[in-house]
Amino acid sequence: MAQVTISSVNKIYPNGFHAVKDADFHIKDGEFIVLVGPSGCGKSTLLRMFAGLEDISTGEIAIDDRVVNDVDPAQRDIAMVFQNYALYPHMTVYKNMAYGLKRAKKSKEDIEIAVQKVAKMLDLTPLLDRKPSQLSGGQRQRVAMGRAIVRSPKLFLFDEPLSNLDAKLRSQMRIEVRRLQRDLGVTSVYVTHDQVEAMTMADRIVVLNAGKIEQIGTPAQIYQSPASVFVATFMGAPPMNMLEGGFKDGTLTLSGGGVIPHHSHGANGPVSIGIRPEKVTLQAEETPGALPFTYEFTEDLGAVKLVHGLLGGERFIVHTHEEAIIGDDAKFLSIDGGSVHVFDVNTGQRID
Amino acid sequence: MKRVQFRRPIFPFLLLIPQLAIIAVFFYWPAGEAIRGSFYLEDPFGFSSTYVGMDNYTDTVTGSEYVSVAKFTLGFTAVVAFFSLALALLLAVKADSVLRGAKTYRTLLMWVYAIAPPVAGLFGILLFDQAIGPFTKIAQSIGWDFKLGVNYWDSATAMVIVAVWKQIPINFIFFLAGMQSVPMAVREAALIDDPSGPSRFFHVIFPLLAPTAFFLLIINITYALFDTFGIIDILHKGEPGNNPVTLVYKVYLDGFRGNDLGGSSAQSVILMVLVLILTVVQFRFMERRVHYT
Amino acid sequence: MTDITTAIAQPPVRRRKIRWNRVFDHVILILGSMFMLLPVVLTLLTSTWDNVTIHTGGIQYSIGEDAFRNYQKALFEKSGFSQVVDGMKMMTNSLILGLGFAIGKIVISMMAAYAIVYFRFRFATFAFWIVFTTLLLPLEVRILPSYEVVQSLGLLNTYTGLIVPLIASATGTFYFRQFFKSVPEETLEAARIDGAGPIHFFFDILVPVSQTMIAAIFIIMFVYGWNQYLWPTLMTTDENMFTLVRGIKQIMQVWIGANIPDYGVAMALAIIAMTPPVLIVILFQNWFVKGLVESEK
Repeated sequence: MAQVTISSVNKIYPNGFHAVKDADFHIKDGEFIVLVGPSGCGKSTLLRMFAGLEDISTGEIAIDDRVVNDVDPAQRDIAMVFQNYALYPHMTVYKNMAYGLKRAKKSKEDIEIAVQKVAKMLDLTPLLDRKPSQLSGGQRQRVAMGRAIVRSPKLFLFDEPLSNLDAKLRSQMRIEVRRLQRDLGVTSVYVTHDQVEAMTMADRIVVLNAGKIEQIGTPAQIYQSPASVFVATFMGAPPMNMLEGGFKDGTLTLSGGGVIPHHSHGANGPVSIGIRPEKVTLQAEETPGALPFTYEFTEDLGAVKLVHGLLGGERFIVHTHEEAIIGDDAKFLSIDGGSVHVFDVNTGQRID
Repeated sequence: MKRVQFRRPIFPFLLLIPQLAIIAVFFYWPAGEAIRGSFYLEDPFGFSSTYVGMDNYTDTVTGSEYVSVAKFTLGFTAVVAFFSLALALLLAVKADSVLRGAKTYRTLLMWVYAIAPPVAGLFGILLFDQAIGPFTKIAQSIGWDFKLGVNYWDSATAMVIVAVWKQIPINFIFFLAGMQSVPMAVREAALIDDPSGPSRFFHVIFPLLAPTAFFLLIINITYALFDTFGIIDILHKGEPGNNPVTLVYKVYLDGFRGNDLGGSSAQSVILMVLVLILTVVQFRFMERRVHYT
Repeated sequence: MTDITTAIAQPPVRRRKIRWNRVFDHVILILGSMFMLLPVVLTLLTSTWDNVTIHTGGIQYSIGEDAFRNYQKALFEKSGFSQVVDGMKMMTNSLILGLGFAIGKIVISMMAAYAIVYFRFRFATFAFWIVFTTLLLPLEVRILPSYEVVQSLGLLNTYTGLIVPLIASATGTFYFRQFFKSVPEETLEAARIDGAGPIHFFFDILVPVSQTMIAAIFIIMFVYGWNQYLWPTLMTTDENMFTLVRGIKQIMQVWIGANIPDYGVAMALAIIAMTPPVLIVILFQNWFVKGLVESEK
């Protein structure tokens, strides 16, 4: 168990590519941190710097107050689960799990006890004599987990460990990984591009974009008050509706016409307006404050429906459970005033 | 090379030392000697050598014998490369299309790879020999007075047939592997788009085989130039006389039999340049090939 | 509905048409196989006959009665000018050349490729070019100076002089470099987190992972070494050092001028010389083909 401090960490590759820009945050003991962002945002690079697989260009990473910049990966007391699992193909499951302990010069008896214990925890006991090629994808994933756990490290590093699994297995493993981490209490850093994994698994989420940290916060904070247009549109499915608009004499108005309810009265000028698809209500009749909506089509997902249409001439998606008011009946739309987000047009930063 | 590498200042050099030492002594030293020797005239007993500049080169390339050997080598290379590629491609296409016995055919068509060129040469002698060869008898029965080792063109014919026979397997292996790496989906798409088998082959399969074919062309040129030495030496029973030889064979003849060290070195250097050009062409092409795949 | 029934009714008609194509394919393949087989089969058959029959009747198309005599003579009778070498001795020399070349090449080139792919060090690029320039010039074009170098080192008629100069090209290193590059990045990363240093990574992970590739390259190199001709011909004047393939030339020289050449023994020796590499290639053809095709990528 450990805490990790990341102080102004930068990664600049020899070819000049600036992969990570001024990363600066603290990970608490036992915390589950998810690094999330689109591909190429620097999240894997950051994780690999924790592991010691990538040099730190400037800045410091400290695990429990020990600066690890120049410490060999094996000496950092970490364990890593790779996207393709990186199991040694010629070794049995047992040997795969034992190899790190063997290199750490643990006794045969200690290794046996540790491997058996972890194998039991992960239901791997009957598979110990198999080779990776004889295992299913889910089983391989569990072996990779077991290899990490058996070392009883201070810090778990996960590099998109579930992305090679099919959807059903992925949602099972999501829960299992989180339960194991909670039981073991090991501080964890988890990289993913899947926002569902980020939302469901994280204690705190770090959203990265083009090497920069956009926002750090609990899933609720990230969802309810996104710090920028990027975070607002990246987290959430379907994504937040973004509309052009502006403040005029203290009221928020759409460029396409119509007043949006909002608690603050910003300075005059254009802004980007963000509205979550589930924070609006479709209705057939006009009510005070409702805006005209042009219906186009509906995606029926069974439990919910996604209604596509136009609001003030711009594309707008509504997430609804209502059976009644869909189709051409949906002529108006009323907005929950507390959940309108306003962002600076140029910087994309949130305006409160 | 790898994203993550070991960083040890000395260890990689220890790993490289055996390779570098062998290369230095048995590659760079002799190659340097060949270049140096090509500018000197050495007397046959090796007592003295005189710097003669480009004389060895001018003597070599203006010699009528050298020119005729070069012409023959060119023709020989072209004919051997063409026939061994064409026959191998035909067999690979057929082996790829049959289901029954595909593995047996593969084995039957590739095992000759393991036969040494001089052993192939010996088989050639037995088949084309004036006294016992069945080919000679067949040729005589249709009025062709075939005389291996006597008639220049008869000897050349035997050389080409044996050289092609020996080279078919490797071309076959590569063509078959190339055919089998064409994705099933592409074949099925072609099957739907194009009802004609031959047209499908020329418009879909063959273009996908083109990189393999080009790579093999270079391999076959190198083979015809260098690896046919054993075939030629045995077919001529070590005494070529007036029979056709290739450039590499002439390097050997002049250097080891004729004791013309300077001339032989000059010929070596000319061949080196030739191979160099071939390799550069190959590398440039392979670089481009990366973009195709 | 009508469409479906006609579709079902059609196949038998179509199948007959395809069948003729198939027959044609098989005819071509059988002709090709026979073309490859025939010279060897005829030699094999003829090698079982006595010299007089061969001399007067030419190539034989059936099995004769002198197989034992010919092969016995090829394997065990001392021959050559000095009468010291027999087929068994030549086979031993061929084995030493084939095995020595293949093993030496694999060990040396695996080490070099490991350094080039898995290490970051000064002059790495320079070392790479030094090594891979050797791919440009086959031994044949530098044969005379190579001979002189080996001579001046006093290595003529030695196994070292026979084997080591043949290793002086980077083909093996090139193959292993290509293969190591295809090993997933994460293998090294996981091993480093597991605490494996360069030596442990090499022996615990890389060598076992490369097994198939090593086997394939071993086959290719063994065949290459066994089949060497020009270099052994120059290098070995001592008949005790002759390999089987080199011995073929010796037979040809005795042949010239003989009244009735010893055809039977010559053919028996050719069959003996080709059998070991042919067997290896046939038995391990899956590895062999894989290694050959993969290494050129």
